[in-house]
This record gives sequence, C-alpha cells and structure tokens, in this order.
Amino acid sequence: MLAYIIRRVFQSVIVLLAVGLVAFSMFRFVGDPIENLLGQERTVQDVERLREALGLNDPFAVQYARFLGRAVTGDFGISYRQSRPVSQIIAERAPATLELAFVSGVLALTVGIGLGVFTAIRRDGWAANIIMSVSLIGVSLPTFLIGILLIYLFGVQLRWLPTFGRGDVVDLGWWTTGFLTSSGLKSLILPSITLGLFQMTLIMRLVRSEMLEVLRQDYIRFARARGLSAKSVNFRHALKNTMVPVITVTGLQLGAIIAFAIITETVFQWPGVGLLFINAVQFVDIPVMAAYLMLISVMFVMINLLVDILYVWVDPRLRIDGRHT
Amino acid sequence: MDMPVLSLRNLTVDIPTRHGTLRPVDDVSWDIAAGEILGVVGESGAGKSMTGNAVIGLLDPPAHISAGEVLLEGERIDNYTLAQMRHVRGKRIGMVFQDPLTSLNPLLTIGEQLSETILRHLDVSKSEADARAIQGLDEVGIPSARNRMGAYPHEFSGGMRQRVVIALALCAEPTLLIADEPTTALDVSVQAQIIALLKRLCRERGMAAMLVTHDMGVIAETADRVAVMYAGRLAEIGPVSQIVGQPRHPYTDGLMASTPAASAGQARLRQIPGAMPRLNRMPDGCAFHPRCPRAQDKCRVDPGPKVGTADERAACWFPIEQDEAAA
Amino acid sequence: MSNLPDATRQGVEPLDRMEPAEVVQPSRWRSIWDADVTWSFRHSPVAVIAAVVTLTMILSAIFAPWIATTNPFDPASLNLMNGFSRPGVPNAFTGESFWLGTDDQGRDVWSTILYGLRISLFVGFMAVLFALVLGVLLGLLAGYVGGWVETIIMRVADVQLTFPSILVALLIFGVARGVIPIEYRDQMAIWVLIVAIGLSDWVQFARVVRGATLVEKNKEYVQAARLIGRKPGAIMLKHILPNVLSPVLVIATISLALAIIAEATLSFLGVGAPPTQPSLGTLIRIGQDFLFSGEWWILFFPALTLLALALSVNLLGDWLRDALNPRLR
Repeated sequence: MLAYIIRRVFQSVIVLLAVGLVAFSMFRFVGDPIENLLGQERTVQDVERLREALGLNDPFAVQYARFLGRAVTGDFGISYRQSRPVSQIIAERAPATLELAFVSGVLALTVGIGLGVFTAIRRDGWAANIIMSVSLIGVSLPTFLIGILLIYLFGVQLRWLPTFGRGDVVDLGWWTTGFLTSSGLKSLILPSITLGLFQMTLIMRLVRSEMLEVLRQDYIRFARARGLSAKSVNFRHALKNTMVPVITVTGLQLGAIIAFAIITETVFQWPGVGLLFINAVQFVDIPVMAAYLMLISVMFVMINLLVDILYVWVDPRLRIDGRHT
Repeated sequence: MDMPVLSLRNLTVDIPTRHGTLRPVDDVSWDIAAGEILGVVGESGAGKSMTGNAVIGLLDPPAHISAGEVLLEGERIDNYTLAQMRHVRGKRIGMVFQDPLTSLNPLLTIGEQLSETILRHLDVSKSEADARAIQGLDEVGIPSARNRMGAYPHEFSGGMRQRVVIALALCAEPTLLIADEPTTALDVSVQAQIIALLKRLCRERGMAAMLVTHDMGVIAETADRVAVMYAGRLAEIGPVSQIVGQPRHPYTDGLMASTPAASAGQARLRQIPGAMPRLNRMPDGCAFHPRCPRAQDKCRVDPGPKVGTADERAACWFPIEQDEAAA
Repeated sequence: MSNLPDATRQGVEPLDRMEPAEVVQPSRWRSIWDADVTWSFRHSPVAVIAAVVTLTMILSAIFAPWIATTNPFDPASLNLMNGFSRPGVPNAFTGESFWLGTDDQGRDVWSTILYGLRISLFVGFMAVLFALVLGVLLGLLAGYVGGWVETIIMRVADVQLTFPSILVALLIFGVARGVIPIEYRDQMAIWVLIVAIGLSDWVQFARVVRGATLVEKNKEYVQAARLIGRKPGAIMLKHILPNVLSPVLVIATISLALAIIAEATLSFLGVGAPPTQPSLGTLIRIGQDFLFSGEWWILFFPALTLLALALSVNLLGDWLRDALNPRLR
C-alpha cells in the first residue's frame, strides 16, 4: 500500500508541473505584461529595462523554474487590474468561497446520499418516481437559472432572504466569516442551495444507480437466501459496497463545487474567488487567472489523492497488491 | 418420519413478457424425505434453478408462482408474506449457489457474515454465535477455523470458499438444503471433495437436500433419487439406480447414453438430435416428441401422464420397458 | 465427471419428424418497427414527447427566418417605441401587439427566442460533433495502437478529467480572448465557444471508445482482417468503429444537453455569445436586469425555452441509454 501511495504522489506532482506549465505559458504568450504595467507612454529604454528586471530575456526553462519557485512561496505577481499582489487579493476572497463551498457540499452529500438510498430501496414507489423526475429537471436546469429563480422568488417576491452579497461578516484576523451573524447566515442560504443542487442531483442519481447495481449481485441474493433482515441487507451489505465507487465520484465532485462557485458567485454577486476569476477572464488579467488555475489544481490533485487512498483503505481487495482496479 | 420435508404439488411458474407468457416450470410435483438427497438434472434452461428459486421464494419479478403449492414439513410456504419467508430462509431452508466467489460479500469477513446469520435466526449471545461459527467452519473442513474468522473471502481458494458458503447456508441448522450447481464453478479435483462433504452433512444432520445440476456424474455419486426435467416439465423421477441403469423416458435414456461415465464401454457417445425447445416455441403435446425416436401420433397431442408423487415414473406414453434394454 | 456434450444444440432436425415451417420474411420497415429499441420508444410516452419537443425546436431554429415575425437583430426593423410591450397586450404608442412581449429595444421576444435557439443549437451540436470526432479518433488510436501512444492520450485525458469542463472552457476562452484582436472578438466568439466546449468534452468519448476498442481488438474478426493485411486505419474505421457506436450515441445525446447548458452558462457569464449574436444564455443575462424591475417576460420566455430544450435532450439521452443497455432487456 505504501508503494501505491508513493506512486500516486509522484503522479500528482507531475500533473501539477504540467498545469504549472500551462499557467506559465499563459503568462508568456498571452497578452503583453509590459504593456499592462507600463501603459501607453513608454520609451524603448523603459521597456528594455523592465524586460531585464522581470527576467523576460532569460531562456524559457529558467523563467518557468522561476515562476514555479515563486508560485510555491505564494507569489503570483501583481494583478493587471487591481495593481495589487495577487496572493493578497486571493487571500481576502478565499474565505467567502470556502464557506459557501463547505455548506453546499454538506447539503449536497447528506440530501444526495439519503435520497439516493431511498429511491434505490423503494424503486417502484410513487415517491421515488417523483423524486427521480424532479432530479432530471435538476440536472437540466442550469445553475445560474436556479439562482435567478431563487432570488426572484425568495428575494424579490417574498422578501425573505437577501438577493446579493454576503451580509455582515466578522473579521477573525486572516479569515472573515459569515457564520457568526444572522445576515451572514441568511445570505448563505440561497447561494448554497443553488451551488449544491446540481451536485445533489448528481450524487443522488449516482448512489441510486450504484446501489441498484449492487442489489443485483449474487452476494445480496445469498444474504437474502439466508433470511437476513431488509435492514441488514440494504444497509450492512448493500450500502457498504455502494459507497466504494460513490466515494470516488463524490470526492471529485467536491472539487467541482469550487469551480461551479464561479457561476453562483456571479449570480449572487458573492465576493469570492470565483467572481474574481470571471472578472479576470473578462479583463484578461493573466496573473489572477494563472494563480486561480494553480491553486485550483493543487486543491483538485490533493482531493484526488485523498480519495484514491481512501478507496484503497475501504476496499480490502485492493490492499494486497495495491493496484487500482 | 412419515411426512416429507419438502413437498411440491403441481408447482407452476410463469413469466409474463411482451412476447407472451413463458412457463419455465410446468406442473412439477415431488417429495423429499428427511435425510434424502434428490438430484434434479436437466440441460441448461430446463427449469431446475427456477424450481429451487420458487421453493425458497427468490423468484425475480415478473416471474411468479402461478399455480401449485410448496409445502415445507407439511406447511404451505408458497403464499407466505415476505416477513414470514425471511424467517424460513436460512433457518429452515438453506441455499447454496453456483459461484462461491460472488456469493460472499467481499467487504465483510467470513466471521462477520457467519455470526450475523446465526444471530439472526438463533437466540444466542454474540460470543456463542462466534463459537458456533468456528464450529461450523470446522465441520466443513476449514483448517484452523478460529484464525480464519477474520479473513476476507478473497483470501480463500475456490474450494475453500464453497465450503464457507456451505457453512453459511447451514449455520442456522435448516431441515432442507437446496444446492444450485454447487460444483460447476469448481475445479474437477475439488468437486469430489465438496460432493463428499455435502453427502456427509446430510447424513449427519438428517437433512433433506435438493441437488440441482446438469452433471450426471455428480448425480450418480450423490443422489438417492433423481428427477429429470425437460423444458420445464418433469420427465422422469425415481431411485438413482433405476434412472441410471433402466431409464424409462426416452429423454433420460438419451441422457444416459450421451454421458461418458454412465455409458462406459461403448464405442461412441450417442447424441440426441435437435435441441430443447425454447419456452416461447413449445411444441404441442409432449415437449420431447420432435426429437424422440419413439414418438407416435398420441405424443403430438397429449403431453403425457402425470409424474411425481404417484406411481407413474415417466411422463411418457410409450416408456422403455425393462426388456427393451435401450442401446 | 464431465458435462453433457453440447452437440445437441446445433439444430439438427430429424428429417422425417417435422414439416418444414412456413417462414415469412418481414419487410425491412416491419423489422425496424418491431425492433426492441423502437418498441421501447413507442411504449415510452416520455421519450416520444421529448423527441417531439426536440424536433420541434430544431425545426424552429432552422426555419427561424421564416417563422419569426421580424429579424430582431437587424437594426433597421426595430422601433424603439415598441419597447417593453407586455405579452399579448397592444403597445400604448404604436398599437402593435407581440404575443411574447418586447424587450427594451423593441425587439420581439418571440423572434429573439427563435434566433437565440439557432445559436444555442448550433453551438451545442457543433461542440458535441467536435468532441465526438476528436474523442472517437483518439480513443480508437489509443485502444488499437496501445503502447506509449495510449499512455500519453490516457494520461492527458485523466489530467483533464480532474478539472470540471466549465473551467477548461473558461480558460480556453480567456486565452483566446487575449490572443484575438478586439475587432474580431465578437465574430469569433461563436467558434471559440465551440472549440472551448468541444475540447472540454472529448475525454468521455475517448475513454469509452478506447475501452470498447480494447475489447474488440481481441476478437476474431479483427485478427482475421489483420491477417489478410488490411491497414490499421481501415481496420479501425471500418471494422471496430461500427461496434463501438452504441455507447457513443448515448454519450453524444447526454453531451448535447450538457453542451447546451454549458454554452448558456458561458453566455450568461458574459464570456459566450455576444449581444449582437445572442444565444438563449445571453438573452437570459440581458433579461436578468429587467426581471427585478417588473418586465419579467424578457427573461422568462428564453429561460423556459432553454429549460424545455435541455430537459428534452436529457430525457432522450436517458431513454436511449436504458433502451440500448443489454443488461436491462
């Protein structure tokens, strides 16, 4: 098992290096950093001096290494748009996104797994059919539309909940939290439902289909032939075996929530990293785009790694040779 | 013991499909007494497994029992509710399936799977359940049983796994065992061991057994009586020596002649021309008549006399008599 | 202990026992009508409705110039005085009536939906086509050739799969934006969209096709073709491809729904179809501003259309997957 972990870590590093290469290439080949930093009134000497100072005349590999070195310490350069260090901007906005992602993740998981198990066990009941039909709409409704509808219904018509922003936040030093104020909590409700809905339907359908597949297996049949109770068959036997593939996909989904936050933050004007990224794309603010890309990659790669290790830990069949099925 | 452990009376299973209703089990009747092993043979698709599934109530919908009765120690169980059946399965009927690898939950130790079954049906403490589990493993011949309790199914070889499966099926001490192709997925060398094990357990516990297989060799070794099934119907039933040595139904005769062990000494194996009819294309009258060398006009119209609990042994209008000595 | 020989299965009929049966060959149309897939379709009201809706939308989009009352993106045909007309209510200034209302510039919402549908469907189909062709080719290559070619393709696929497609699409869009000079951005937007969405989607096609190719590769008909010296390209395209099409079809349908939603999302975020050539997503973005001030119809009808389209395609994909799944038959 140790060999497996080491191999996966090695692979992850390769992936990160590749992503770093992509991010760095964006820097080098898209737009002109000099133009962005110096503006119109620049002389040739200014340009040359800046090029030297920024190290733009060095070979590609050297620049790439330098870029990576800086990235590892958290230095992503200066934002073209805000003229501030990118790392600072991201640090300011990260808590908003993380809190949102956390709440929607928890929501999506609990409701998704719960409903998935329910519709698998009672697959022919009327409740299950209704839930499945509604879930299909959930998958077909784009996230932004859900957000708009929720805002319209609860924010404009009913006036129960705020329509944009994060509400009042409490500053805890390097973190700002919306959990400690009532307006902060209220502001979290609609965005987290919006963000979580897609994941929820996905998880629900996945759990359902996996569980149905498991329930068809011979060992379930044998368990029934031994007269085990429905509770035992469904939960002790079936659910445990369902969880193995579900964990993999769910883990990956948790990473996707961060990315989907881009949409939700745009709809709700939520001051997080997602909204920052969209503005960066519109403005072609390369440093911010590259930083976002690198940070997201690190997060995804780490989540993937954790999920793979978890997978091997849960399924004893994989422990012997450590090979991934 | 006069009352048979298992009694099938005109058992019929139907499957409604969009092509019409299929009848994989048609009017099957037999009894199995305590300590007796009934071998149920036939080709793939003859309805043997379906019958077993119907007895234990594990038919996959839309298959269902459309007629007839299943009696376990005198009580009708075919009309039991799901909750009632759950107390019958494992406790009074044990079932063993073909593939030991897929029969065991890969994520639970065999100790866990054994104790949960015991705890479900017997009113004992956890530690007593564990003790019984170890005893069960011992009985089926798993060496150093105590140490293997924490092992996972994939850590056993095929033969050992099937022993574990048998232990699981019998741990709650049922009175009837249904074994559905228990040796088909095993190596030839291991098959004999498992067969011997099954025989011994049945004798020791006085358990009735229904052994479903398409392997005539296994039947000849193990069964006391044999039921031959063809296209969902019972072709012939009787003591094993008579079925093998003096078959009355032409199909049984063909079966014996095409089995190397049973027809030792012959130059060539005889084959039965044609194939068993598909359930949606059953011929009128006797199901076997298109392939039967003895068929007459009556066979094309009339299915054949009833077989089973009555004296009539073969479902044939023109059974092979003793003096004919086929082939 | 051997099993019974299987020779009895070869259908050797005892000649003097049975009369030859009357065999009637059904006509080709009858065969298709009776096929399992068609039967499943006929008996599934949901699939039929979904197909009808999808077809209607496709046809409306194709014939938009004839069905729409005006071309809403031709400035000459617009009358600002028509702005903000309510659905079905005659305009106070001009007396004209629009059954779905007009937006702030006097554009007939019905017409904008039709033209928007055009863009949405066009981008969706083209993106899926792009992803399909790329994915299938790479999948065939990876599966058939194997070796380091396969490793590279699959590694790239794996890496890309760890990122949500929307992110990939956004990145490609952002990079393109930086590279394309400002004058051409609007025109190229549609094509950049297609490439971005297509590139973010090819992986699942490649994976499925590679898996199926690996299975088919070992079958006799492939080995036979190899033996008589057919070239690998021909083998891949003519022999293996038809056998792996079934799952590809299912994925393509579901991908279409996802592509349509992806395009709508990108347009909504402001990085997709521009207002001069709006798709349904762009229309929704424009309409959002007016939603809260009371002119709900500018957002509502495009949103409804998008939902109906995505839902129908999704339902079709779902039905197709169940119908073609051999294990559920």
